[in-house]
Parts: sequence; structure tokens; C-alpha cells
Amino acid sequence: MVELLAGPLAYLVFFLVIALYYALITLGLNLQWGFTGLFNVGVAGFVLVGAYSSAILTTPDDPGRIGGFGLPVPLGMAGAMLSAGLFALLVGIPALRLRHDYLAITTFGIAVTLQLVALNLQVLTGGPFGMNFVPRPLYDELGGQGGWNLAYLLFVAALVLLVWRGLARLTASPWGRVLRAIREDEAAAAAIGKHVFRFRLEAFVLGAMVMGLAGAVYAHFIGFIAPEDFLPILTFQVWAMLIVGGAGDHRGAIAGAVLVWAIWTGSGMLLDLFVPPEGKAQAAALQVAGIGVALCLVLLFRPTGLLGRRG
Amino acid sequence: MILQQLADGLVLGSIIALGAIGLTLTYAILRFANFAHGEFVTFGAYLALLALGQFQVLSTTTFGPLSFGWPLLASLAAAILATAGLALLLDRLLFARLGRAGVAIAVVMGSFGAALALRNLLFFAFGGEPQYYSRAIQIALPLLPRSVLGGVRATPDQLAVLGVTALLVIAMHLFLSRATLGRAMRAVAHNPQLATVTGIDVAAVVRWTWIIGAGLAAVAGVFAGLTVQIRPTMGLDLLLPLFAAVILGGIGSPFGAVLGGLIVGIAESLAVPLVGAEYRAAVAFLLLILILLVRPTGLFGERG
Repeated sequence: MVELLAGPLAYLVFFLVIALYYALITLGLNLQWGFTGLFNVGVAGFVLVGAYSSAILTTPDDPGRIGGFGLPVPLGMAGAMLSAGLFALLVGIPALRLRHDYLAITTFGIAVTLQLVALNLQVLTGGPFGMNFVPRPLYDELGGQGGWNLAYLLFVAALVLLVWRGLARLTASPWGRVLRAIREDEAAAAAIGKHVFRFRLEAFVLGAMVMGLAGAVYAHFIGFIAPEDFLPILTFQVWAMLIVGGAGDHRGAIAGAVLVWAIWTGSGMLLDLFVPPEGKAQAAALQVAGIGVALCLVLLFRPTGLLGRRG
Repeated sequence: MILQQLADGLVLGSIIALGAIGLTLTYAILRFANFAHGEFVTFGAYLALLALGQFQVLSTTTFGPLSFGWPLLASLAAAILATAGLALLLDRLLFARLGRAGVAIAVVMGSFGAALALRNLLFFAFGGEPQYYSRAIQIALPLLPRSVLGGVRATPDQLAVLGVTALLVIAMHLFLSRATLGRAMRAVAHNPQLATVTGIDVAAVVRWTWIIGAGLAAVAGVFAGLTVQIRPTMGLDLLLPLFAAVILGGIGSPFGAVLGGLIVGIAESLAVPLVGAEYRAAVAFLLLILILLVRPTGLFGERG
């Protein structure tokens, strides 16, 4: 068992945990975009808030900064969802009453601002050095590295299942039908007496809370977070996942996340193999440019997504 | 100190204003928030750098106290043309097609993807190191003595940026209020259906909107390169101030965009001693949220 968990299998476990972390974020974005038509360009910001909130709440006391408060991990995760939801309210209340593009601009702004805060508010976030010693619960009890990673994979898989089933029930409920009505025809939804702004705000906040939870999942898996874990590229990756999976389909969102993450890590490995170290930063830029072009191509030729269809 | 911050804010604000004029025009006439507009700024700055390498061979004399001469002006012209060409190309390949599909937000997403691709291609081509048009160090001239509220100093280049921006803004105003094309642009921004009915060639208006918007963005890029530095992320860093300026001024109002740009630039500059230079970009965001809460149509806007 122990040997098996080293080598390729250990890598597979690691890969899957990260892929499911992306799947959680994509599920959150799917509620916002796929079901409600809300264009969130600041996904990375909400994930960042979740990761940092949980880390601040659960890390042991650090004289170098405010906190940590050494609270249990489940409380940290709850705090992550709460604070991501609060930030969603902060942008949602001014922007969701207006045209679509305003939400795009404000979410873009909050992600930029939160990145700045994480980088510079050293007394709270540890600044560019990030936060270490984010607790990994039961690490030694579950056999350290290999065994614990596997256990964490099961935990994250259960979490994804829970969120997926929960969101599926919600979106199949009358509440979910109103969301789709708003997405398809806002004026008609308003005309039959639905409070469009409130439904949109609820979907937006709920989606952001799922993203915050994903951030906490990441923080407690790696045990260390830094501002560069939540750069705008994260937002793009998640958008690519949702579009590949087909917006408006929960299973598609999960499948898209795993597939795109596989392609992403695969192409990263190829770059590692064939590109000399000094050209690495530039080769990575080319990889990101590829995502941008792919996003445009999908929008042009397969607007309903690669795997599923919006519905 | 306060006067110096105002002066610095004015220089930054005029760069934001130049970018914001193009952004507000494309926003109003093409009806989408173009996230690739910041990349037009970067593209213009790098293209001028590339052209400067060629033109510098011909002449190295500079204009009096300024750090540049004819070569940079020629490079600026080349950058304007190339950036306008890039915008037209993007419109043809991407924006026009997505616009025809009828999903408004698809165009915004497309601009997002295009921005990502452009920014990283520029990084790939030029690397991440900051670059400059001139290595010469400019001495800041004292414009007001220290005894007057801390005094004001500015480099000749900064003054040139302010002067040229003022000229461009006046030219834009005359163009939009007097020229047939400019008035047609305002008509399309106001009501495209009505504009079509009155015989305005909407396709031509769209084309010129891209040319003017991208051209001004290229100027903003060269000015930012001249007064700060040239980096692959310079356009991305400007994007939030640009949007704040556009919304503050009211979408579709070039005059509002200029005023909004100056306000954002000065606010960022004044905030530096209060919160530190590292939170500069957050100032634009707070302004943006404030405007949306208090007056979402902006200072001169008509639509919500």
C-alpha cells in the first residue's frame, strides 16, 4: 500500500484532488453563469478570499500577523464561505441592478483589489510570502503524505458530490426555474412578478460561497497559500472548464474541470520536457495565450460548449 | 506636497483619459465592455519601441530638453496605425462575428479571451523585463518654488504629455461636434436604429470607432512608456482605472471620459501618501463601486 501510494499513483491522487478543487469552483461559476447568466470575471478573487479566510481562522497563533486563531478546520471552511459571500454582496448589490457588463467590470475590479490586499496587507495575509502551517487535519493519524492525500481525495470527492447534488436540487426547484427564466428573458421574468434583482443576487452569492469553499479546500490540502496561487489565470482556467463542459450542466462542469486540468498539466509537462529552463517563463506565456485563443474559438464555433449543451 | 501630487495625478490622469476616450466610444457604439482595450495600450507601446529601433538609425537628435525627437514621433505614428489595424482585425475575426450571434455577453467574453492571448503573446515576444524609449535621465524642472505648498516639479516629457493630450482632447471635441463622421458616431451611439434609418453608414462608423479608439490607446501606451515604463502588464494595470473613468464620466461621453480619467488619476495620486503606492489600483475600484451606488449613469451619461 505504502509503495503503491508513492510514484504514479501518488501523482494521480494529487492530480485528482486539484482537479476536484477546480470542479468545485466550476460548479459555483456554473450556478452564476450557466443558470443565471451572470458574467463573473473575478472568480480568482472569491477563491482567494475563501482560502485566506480559512487559513487566518485555523492557523496557530502567529506573532507576525493578526491571528491565526487556531480554530477547527470545519469552522474555517464555514468562515471561508461566509466571507466569500460577503464580498459577493459587496459587488453584487451595486452591479446586479445594472446591465451585464457592469458585473464583469466590478468582479474584475474586486479580484484585482483582493490580489493587492493579499500581496500587501502583511499584518493579515503574510504578504508576498503567503501563509504557512495551514492545518491539514488528521495528517499523522492517516499515515502522512500518501495515506492522507488519499483520504483528502475521498473527502473532496464527497464534497463535490454534495455540492453537485445540492445545486442540482436547487436548480431543479422552482427557484432554479426562475433563474433560467431570468437568464432567457429578464423582462418576461419581471413581468410575471419575479424580483429579478433578488434572484440574481442570491445565485451570485451562493456561487461565490462555493468558490470560497473551494479556496479553503485548496488551502487545507497544500498547507501553504500565497497570492500567486490566485492570479487572474485561475479565472480563465475555470471559464475554460465551464465552457468546455457546457454551461448549465452540473455534470458537464465537473467533467470539463477534470478534462481541462488534465490538458493543462499535460501540456505543462511537455513544456517542462522540451523547453530549456531559461525559456520557461515565455513558454508558459504561450500556454496561457493558447487558452485565450481556445476560448475565442469555442465562443465562435461551439457556443454551447464542447461536451454538453446549455439548458 | 499637495500640488506635486496633483501634478503627478494630472499626468497619470491624461494617460487614463486618452485610453478612456476610446473605451467609452467602443462601449457606446459597439455596445460592449471591451476588456481587450488595455492590450491596445500595451500593443501600441511595444510597437513604438520596435519602430523606434528602426527610426533611431536615421536621427538621434532630441527636441530641446525632451528625451525624444523625430524618431519617437514617427514610431508613435507607426504604433497608431498598427494598433488601429489590430483592432480592425480583431473586429473582423472575433467581435463582429460574436456580435451577430446576438448574445451580448459573448462579445465581452471574446474580448476577455483576446486580451489574454494578446498579453501573453506580447510577453512571449518581448519578455517580462521593463523597457524604456530612452535611457537618458531627465531633470525635473521646478515650476513653482518650494515655498508655495511644497512646490511643483515636472520633467519636460511630462509637460509634453500634458500638452499633447490637451491638443488631442480639443481635436476630438471638434471632430465629434463638427465633422460629419463625428456626428454620425454620436448618432449611432445614441440610437443605432434611428441612425440607420437616416442613412448613416453604420459599418463605416464602427470601423472608424475602432480606428480612433485604438489609435488613442496607442498614444496612451506610448505616453505611459515615456513617463513610466513599458511592461507586458501595463495595459492590464490600466484597465480598471480606464473602466472607472468611463463609468464615472458616463458611458458614451468622451468629455466625461476625459474628466473621469483626470479624476481617477488625481484620486490615485492623492491616495498614495494615505494608503501607500501599492494600493493605487484599489482606489480606482473603490471609486467605481461608489459611482455605481450613487450615480450609475455617471456624470454625463444618459443610459443606465
